[in-house]
Amino acid sequence: MDLTLRSAERTVFRSRRQAPEDVCVPASVTIALAGNPNVGKSTVFNGLTGLNQHTGNWPGKTVALAEGCCSRKGQSFTVVDLPGTYSLMAHSPEEEVARDFLCFSKPDAAVVVCDATCLSRNLNLVLQIMEITPRVVVCVNLMDEARRKGIRLDLAAIEARLGVPVIGTTARKKRSLTALIEAVSRVSAADEPAPFRLRYPAEIETAVEMLEPLLTARLSGKLDSRWVSLKLLEGDRTLLKKFGDYLGDGFLLDAPLADALHKADTYLTARGFTRETRKDRIVAAILAEAERVCDGVVTHDAPDYDAFDRKLDRLLTSRRTGYPVMLLLLAFVFWLTIAGANYPSQLLSQALFYLQDQLTALFSYLHAPAWLHGALVLGVYRVLAWVVSVMLPPMAIFFPLFTLLEDAGYLPRVAYNLDCPFKRCCACGKQALTMCMGFGCNAAGVIGCRIIDSPRERLLAILTNSFVPCNGRFPTLLALLSMFFVRGGAFSTLFSAVLLTLVILLGVLMTFGVTKLLSKTLLKGVPSSFTLELPPYRKPQVGRVIVRSILDRTLFVLGRAAAVAAPAGLILWIMANVTVSGGSLLYHCAAFLDPLGRLMGMDGVILIAFVLGFPANEIVLPIIIMAYMSQGSIAEFESLTMLRQLLLDNGWTWVTALCVMLFSLLHWPCSTTLLTIKKETGSYKWTLLAALLPTLSGMLLCTLVAAAARLFG
Amino acid sequence: MRNRQSLADMAPGERGIVTALHNTGSMRRRLLDIGLIESTEVECLGRSPGGDPAAYLIRGAVIAIRAEDGAKVCIRTC
Repeated sequence: MDLTLRSAERTVFRSRRQAPEDVCVPASVTIALAGNPNVGKSTVFNGLTGLNQHTGNWPGKTVALAEGCCSRKGQSFTVVDLPGTYSLMAHSPEEEVARDFLCFSKPDAAVVVCDATCLSRNLNLVLQIMEITPRVVVCVNLMDEARRKGIRLDLAAIEARLGVPVIGTTARKKRSLTALIEAVSRVSAADEPAPFRLRYPAEIETAVEMLEPLLTARLSGKLDSRWVSLKLLEGDRTLLKKFGDYLGDGFLLDAPLADALHKADTYLTARGFTRETRKDRIVAAILAEAERVCDGVVTHDAPDYDAFDRKLDRLLTSRRTGYPVMLLLLAFVFWLTIAGANYPSQLLSQALFYLQDQLTALFSYLHAPAWLHGALVLGVYRVLAWVVSVMLPPMAIFFPLFTLLEDAGYLPRVAYNLDCPFKRCCACGKQALTMCMGFGCNAAGVIGCRIIDSPRERLLAILTNSFVPCNGRFPTLLALLSMFFVRGGAFSTLFSAVLLTLVILLGVLMTFGVTKLLSKTLLKGVPSSFTLELPPYRKPQVGRVIVRSILDRTLFVLGRAAAVAAPAGLILWIMANVTVSGGSLLYHCAAFLDPLGRLMGMDGVILIAFVLGFPANEIVLPIIIMAYMSQGSIAEFESLTMLRQLLLDNGWTWVTALCVMLFSLLHWPCSTTLLTIKKETGSYKWTLLAALLPTLSGMLLCTLVAAAARLFG
Repeated sequence: MRNRQSLADMAPGERGIVTALHNTGSMRRRLLDIGLIESTEVECLGRSPGGDPAAYLIRGAVIAIRAEDGAKVCIRTC
């Protein structure tokens, strides 16, 4: 719940957009952007910084924080996006990152993004941050949602009560952020504002008074003395160690201080404030304060403002309708993708192959040597053209649709629905979220696994992520489905959508099976506890979603595929045209792999394609086609029917197609995903296992299918 | 009014007030995070298709909690 999917994606898709050096002016004002998860923090961050973002590594942190910059009236600001957290007291890794940045990296101002529809709960974090630094601006985001739900907020009154600027925003409207940046500018430039003091029960206050004067002298303004007193009383060991690192090791060994701390400790314990209950009292006081701040100034016009959400929840998550609706939605998304991509795909391939003819004409006009034409046009260009025409249309439809569901708030409901089966596999429902991300890109899914708190469950999710097909594998599955299993007619797209859904279901079942297998063997353990917020449904920002998902996901994935397809096309052309002892290299390799391929219901060429497709799965089918073409008779083709003929000529049957689909679903993850797994687990052993698990299950399944087909057919 | 009931026993639509929190460790911290403390009002909104976890309305937010964790949160129904 701490790292939202959006930020995981940013790590994969956007981090390399810009070099980290010299992006922000060094003398700029540093703003820390904090907030609960699901309050539109990313939207505020994007709205403020636009495309000027990169991932910055801050000293002493293991987690990379996204930062960006913006400027206003000649003043430049560096905005650091902290992980989304509910509090700073729970000690999850993300919370520690956020807290450490606020107290040790000393930002010039902290912006706390809040959800206007549940402000009281968000103030919990605001009040905790205000104890660390008084330079806070409260950004009450989603004002439009609040208005829609009939929630009225008197921001001026809240500002008066808190003593820090409170700015209402609708982050999707960029203009509303101007007031925010102006408030930040004021807060960071002014003298240190008088800090807001939250009152705790009298006993705690007395204990704080015993420590604070000693600390004020020792901290000399480096940290807020009242806050440090409270933390000393809470006795949070990891934080105490960090204080020691920051202030010098002698800090806590200081005799008078240790003495005072001991006295305060005994005082509190004697009055029933044991170490365990102290924190509860502190949290209770903060929550009470948050309620007090909102009392009378946040009003609900309609008491049943969330009636629609609850109705929708009943449809999407109830016992009777939860699973069917989930399946229908999945099939519907596939149907739209297949139906919508069909025609543009044909147009694109016609256009690109027309261009190939023109290129050929140009080469012969220039009297270019045949090998150059072969390598560049028949090798590089043709594979590239295939990848683009086969991949672009389905991605340009699938990604936005998926992002729309994500934006509307459906994915947490999927996790909620699937927690029960995942728990049976001794795993966590949040694995469903990372699985959903895997549909887009397995590497993003693997990074997304950071949302799972328990290390064992996170590892399970990482190892099984590639059991759901990423977008690079969809086109292969789709093309084979429509060529071999769907026979024209009015319902053909519907039928392929249903079949694709079944293939995906197989992937999901494999995920469950392998997760269970791992939890019973290598990664033994009991399921840990689980809380998940089901955020309010939001009207997705259709225009934005389309632009973002095409820019960020589609073009990124396509670009990567193209970058890999070009050299792969070249290698393939060389392999097909360099002759050694009577046969091409391709022929020899294919012949070598053929027995294994046959065993698994495929052939050597297909296995080579999977191997060459290691950097990007998208190019597997194009490589198969190129390889057959380089060996065979047909030189040109325009439609799937001709493609089917080519495959049939090379000995394909429906069993071959089925085995290729199964192996495409279940084989080693692409190189990017494996690198990400290595980075996330820090271990070659787990990375190897992540590659072996799907590969072995794929080989086994294909062999079984092929054997069964031989036996019965 | 029944006493000694837990979050996990609540039927959808039922409301209650937290009387005691017996969770420990990270789960306790997380419950405190979302504002589930003594005297907090909760409403059970429904159960997931598998029967567990269930969704609760806590301080304006909908939070899913599993039965074994919810069983440690005592509530008084109202």
